[in-house]
Amino acid sequence: MHPVLGYVLAVALFCIGVYGVLVRRNAVLVLMAVELMLAGVNIMFVVGDVAVGSPAHRGQVSALFLIVLAAAEVGIGLSIVLRLYRTRKAMTDPIDIDTVDTADLPSRTAQTKLPPMSSAEGLGS
Amino acid sequence: MTITDVLLAIFGALSVGAGILVVTTAHVVRAGLWLVVALSGVAGCFLVLTAEFVAWVQLLIYVGAVLVLLLFATMMTRAPIGKRYDLDRRRWPAALIAIGAFGALVALLINEFGTRKVSLADTDAGTAQRMGEVIFSDWVLAFEVLSVLLLAALIGAIAISRQSTPDSQSSSDRS
Repeated sequence: MHPVLGYVLAVALFCIGVYGVLVRRNAVLVLMAVELMLAGVNIMFVVGDVAVGSPAHRGQVSALFLIVLAAAEVGIGLSIVLRLYRTRKAMTDPIDIDTVDTADLPSRTAQTKLPPMSSAEGLGS
Repeated sequence: MTITDVLLAIFGALSVGAGILVVTTAHVVRAGLWLVVALSGVAGCFLVLTAEFVAWVQLLIYVGAVLVLLLFATMMTRAPIGKRYDLDRRRWPAALIAIGAFGALVALLINEFGTRKVSLADTDAGTAQRMGEVIFSDWVLAFEVLSVLLLAALIGAIAISRQSTPDSQSSSDRS
């Protein structure tokens, strides 16, 4: 096997992700491009592990941990996008990140406090 | 040119083609579906490279959970259905940067690893048993720290997306 094929594939996926992050205006599409970048790095980890060979499978374990980190990051990122969407729902394109203006968003003084945790609403509301 | 090379090239071409469609398509939902194809191609590459456990984890967790979450978010943020021509900024600066980075990195890699060959016949395959042995002996601290990180991410996601005023919820806000 020629590992250079794997490395070039990894770099190709990464650069396609870079293009996507720079070009897309929808926040969810930007997160999809970030997923492509992470997939490219995963390929590079696994090809490196197989080509160089490490005693404790460092590359493949790093790839697994990177999948976990990507899942955590997408969870947080999408909850932020959802919050942004809820704030700007009246606009034509709520999650267009080019039109986000911090003057539009509710200020800290206008925001009501979160209800205390002992209230009956629970986490589902 | 072994069969591993050929399969890696095929799955790689699939992933790269689907990836290009993810970042250039004019439909938002189709970008998510092309991303499913791209990441499944990446899982195929992992399989060919004897990293079986990583391949199946990629399919289960990345494609099966993370991408489903992305598609849910596409729906919940009322993504436009149908073609939209205002999804992109100006393309040529981004294309210049991406192609420049690609060219530089590929030149570096071919210069360094151009003709190197590796035989996969005697590698220690990344089976579930082997990966389990390795993770729970050599990498167990990282594993535990990642568990705490996932807990933090879960709590953070719930805290960020909570409704802040319980009396102003409409039925369409319930998620």
